[in-house]
Amino acid sequence: MAAPLGTGTRTEEPGQEKQDAQEKAIAHPERAEEAKLKAKYPNLGQKPGGSDFLMKRLQKGQKYFDSGDYNMAKAKMKNKQLPSAGPDKNLVTGDHIPTPQDLPQRKSSLVTSKLAG
Amino acid sequence: MAGAGGGNDIQWCFSQVKGAVDDDVAEADIISTVEFNHSGELLATGDKGGRVVIFQQEQENKTQSHSRGEYNVYSTFQSHEPEFDYLKSLEIEEKINKIRWLPQKNAAQFLLSTNDKTIKLWKISERDKRPEGYNLKEEDGRYRDPTTVTTLRVPVFRPMDLMVEASPRRIFANAHTYHINSISINSDYETYLSADDLRINLWHLEITDRSFNIVDIKPANMEELTEVITAAEFHPNSCNTFVYSSSKGTIRLCDMRASALCDRHSKLFEEPEDPSNRSFFSEIISSISDVKFSHSGRYMMTRDYLSVKIWDLNMENRPVETYQVHEYLRSKLCSLYENDCIFDKFECCWNGSDSIVMTGSYNNFFRMFDRNTKRDITLEASRENNKPRTVLKPRKVCASGKRKKDEISVDSLDFNKKILHTAWHPKENIIAVATTNNLYIFQDKMN
Repeated sequence: MAAPLGTGTRTEEPGQEKQDAQEKAIAHPERAEEAKLKAKYPNLGQKPGGSDFLMKRLQKGQKYFDSGDYNMAKAKMKNKQLPSAGPDKNLVTGDHIPTPQDLPQRKSSLVTSKLAG
Repeated sequence: MAGAGGGNDIQWCFSQVKGAVDDDVAEADIISTVEFNHSGELLATGDKGGRVVIFQQEQENKTQSHSRGEYNVYSTFQSHEPEFDYLKSLEIEEKINKIRWLPQKNAAQFLLSTNDKTIKLWKISERDKRPEGYNLKEEDGRYRDPTTVTTLRVPVFRPMDLMVEASPRRIFANAHTYHINSISINSDYETYLSADDLRINLWHLEITDRSFNIVDIKPANMEELTEVITAAEFHPNSCNTFVYSSSKGTIRLCDMRASALCDRHSKLFEEPEDPSNRSFFSEIISSISDVKFSHSGRYMMTRDYLSVKIWDLNMENRPVETYQVHEYLRSKLCSLYENDCIFDKFECCWNGSDSIVMTGSYNNFFRMFDRNTKRDITLEASRENNKPRTVLKPRKVCASGKRKKDEISVDSLDFNKKILHTAWHPKENIIAVATTNNLYIFQDKMN
């Protein structure tokens, strides 16, 4: 789209920018998606395939209540509130001690598979 | 698509569906693995509740020449139970990650099933006779007073109702620090491998207290960890060769004759990436979720998030064929990352003649690619297509623009309905497709 005469130094219309962005999205859909993600989560780490992500994968598993950890944490904290589980309850970090409130529901008893029914 | 008979497209028809109808799916009922045995007569499923269900194909009915035998429940047992790692306060899931059948050597059937930590060898045997006429025991098992015995008789075997018993014959435990993702039986039928995120072990089927570590990619400093093992498989014919895939999209082929510890690969299969296309998601979607050798052993197939690739073992620098499973998802990666779907691990499989490959997708769709005709088809596993011998209608996803009638738009896809596990009968055009908690069996129309 050619710039109308007499607009001075601006060479692109605002509409042109939007069209460019759309073209970019079609040519590089992954990059457009990445931009969306970074806009939502500005603190996202630079190395997605790196340590943190893989460590989380290696530690997959339901973290259960450990009375030893819990009591030691309570003793350390004294009167302060224990850090409660963040949105990601399964992430094993140094500071997160599962509390009784965090416990997942007890699994129901084992029965025959419905595929065999 | 070329059928086994040659020339005609396969017409897939609904045959059976197993499992509950209700929408409220209990976690234990989530199917986690599906596998035909070597003859195709048996079909095993494993679920998140640690249970194995085995179906057996009925003998072909001579009067019903237009349909093959149905699969009915043959045996079901609890393979793994939930366990607890007291040291780490972590639960060990009972979910069956993989089942692999041993080739049949005698009347009994054997399979390996594994959860995250322990592999078990199960013997499934039939009992259709029982001994009767003991001298010292009553029929109900109570012992007779020997002084009341006046005559002797020889106990005989009498027929009884068929009973199928499953018993654990070997338990291969305590060899994996990380989560087992694969097991694969060697073509020597004596050894097998098990792979976790960082290590691969070699076992002898008879020996449970020892295993050899053959691959170890754990770095000395865990901070330097950059990739994990995602799948591993033995070559179907060469007992010294196996491959393992990684989270970075590479496949390494190793030869056990080269050294005891196969940390150095013999071949490295990797497709060069265009650096201008690199994004935050590149590595995640390149992670290989499944690797399968062709029956011939000449090729191997890998599944990453968006595509299926066929590799010629003689060419390491790129795949010989690439099939897009659901390319329309590339522009949805942001939301797929947020809802964790980008980490879904889809499996893939070959048909018996290695001419067609199949893999699952979302919305209970599954895809087949004919390597010869280059045609592909999308089908749906749904109870709505319930009539046997009615040919399934191909599905189409509309990526953008005007949606035609009968097409479904990308935004309408149900990402909770994933088909991760599929299996193809080794000899016939019969396929088993697992939705979240149902098992569908489809057959080609015979006429």
